[in-house]
Amino acid sequence: MSARSRKTQERLLYLISPIGLLLLWQLLLMAGFGDRRFIPAPTDIAVRFWDMIISGELWLHVGVTLYRVFAGFFLGIVPGIAVGLTMAMFRPVRIFFDPLIASLFPIPKIALMPLLLLVFGFGDASKIAVVAIAVFFPVIINTYSGASNIEKIYWDVARNYGASQSVMFRRIVFFGALPTIFAGLRIALAVSFIVLVASEFVATKAGIGYLIWNSWELLQVDVMFVGIVSVGVLGLIATVILQEIERKVIPWKAE
Amino acid sequence: MIAPRRGAALEIKGLRKEYVSGQGSVVAIDNVDLRVEAGEFLCIVGPSGCGKSTLLRILAGLDTQTGGTIKVHAEGWAVENAMVFQESGLFPWMDVETNVRFGLETGGVPRAEADRRVEAALKLVGLVRFRKHYPHQLSGGMRQRSAIARAFVTEPAMLLMDEPFAALDAQNRVILQTELVRLWEQTGKTVIYVTHSIEEALLMGDRTVLMTAQPGRIKRIIDVPFPHPRDLMKLSASAEFGALKLDIWRVLEEEVMRARAEMEL
Repeated sequence: MSARSRKTQERLLYLISPIGLLLLWQLLLMAGFGDRRFIPAPTDIAVRFWDMIISGELWLHVGVTLYRVFAGFFLGIVPGIAVGLTMAMFRPVRIFFDPLIASLFPIPKIALMPLLLLVFGFGDASKIAVVAIAVFFPVIINTYSGASNIEKIYWDVARNYGASQSVMFRRIVFFGALPTIFAGLRIALAVSFIVLVASEFVATKAGIGYLIWNSWELLQVDVMFVGIVSVGVLGLIATVILQEIERKVIPWKAE
Repeated sequence: MIAPRRGAALEIKGLRKEYVSGQGSVVAIDNVDLRVEAGEFLCIVGPSGCGKSTLLRILAGLDTQTGGTIKVHAEGWAVENAMVFQESGLFPWMDVETNVRFGLETGGVPRAEADRRVEAALKLVGLVRFRKHYPHQLSGGMRQRSAIARAFVTEPAMLLMDEPFAALDAQNRVILQTELVRLWEQTGKTVIYVTHSIEEALLMGDRTVLMTAQPGRIKRIIDVPFPHPRDLMKLSASAEFGALKLDIWRVLEEEVMRARAEMEL
């Protein structure tokens, strides 16, 4: 079998499981299993999806959610990367941060929401803050482990050429850790959607999380599904973009 | 043409390195006395665990001795030493050119001067066409050439080489040995070259230091009688070369047997 036809075959296989699942779902409902008022069929959801795109209602929520996700994401990853790298370079910094991470990482960040509402109020700031806090930890841990697992020989070479701390940091530690940092960013991206949508369940009048929760209260199950599917689609697109950035930024990664 | 011999001279006296761990201590190097002349190509040969790499790392400033002194006479040289490792140690995230430039960047060499030197070094090792390639896109031989260029470009007083060609296939090894000897003949730098191959040591060096294992001591120093410039292929096929190799192998064999007997005790 040629490489090309194998690739086509793998693509088909890739699509079969989600399409098959949707088909099964549709057929079961059409055959009368389940109540379509409570469990809408994929076609019902698609129709509602389309309506909400045309009316612009969906765009409003998507826009708000994207803004909060990305603002929180960047506010969290920049200090996360910086702290992770510094921990790898300086032992006292690591010793200082280790117990903080160990105790703060396991706290469900959504549990901080009331506190953040108190501090930041009901606007976007509290949602952005919860995302930033949530992504901070996985990024620190990945960055630190990437930077501290840089092969010894690179340190030796840099030291042999008399590299200063600053050169070590900028030219060796950062780039050496970059592949692992990106693995951390992928986790962080998913985490930011998870945490944000949950945080939008309360104290806001816009965003996909609000859309989902509000449609539950109004018992518009099809709208609820539109919200859920939207999160998945946005997550997928964001991940693809991140992977493209990774390919550009890490040209040395062997294919 | 052979350049005048220049580079650092080295005086090592009573060098000792002891590693202390939970299980006790291991003496890696004991009582090593060695004089290296300026511009000499010195090879250090010995079985695994004889401390030859440790000695090199101490000279490179990557490790510290437990006892003894090292005096380096490297007047007039901005960079005392540059090391070439067995695994090239090229940074995977830099292309060849940036790798070669690294030692100049850390040394604060001005841009124009750095450009000129990098250009010359790439030409010297035949990698001008591959300057924008990343290490993973190069063969093992090309990676080692880049590493050698990175060391040469800093114009060090001595080159420290830790089995730089051990991971290469036989053909590439011969090619790189030939190139290194040619580079040395042209530049006259002090080279300290660690290897486990007697043949390699005799082919390239002026003198060969034989070391014993555990603890690492100098067993014998051999003056290699073959004049430079050398044709390595021709030399390796000559009868004199074969005879000398056999002599040294006898010495080393005795050493290996002794070490093995001690292990079994």
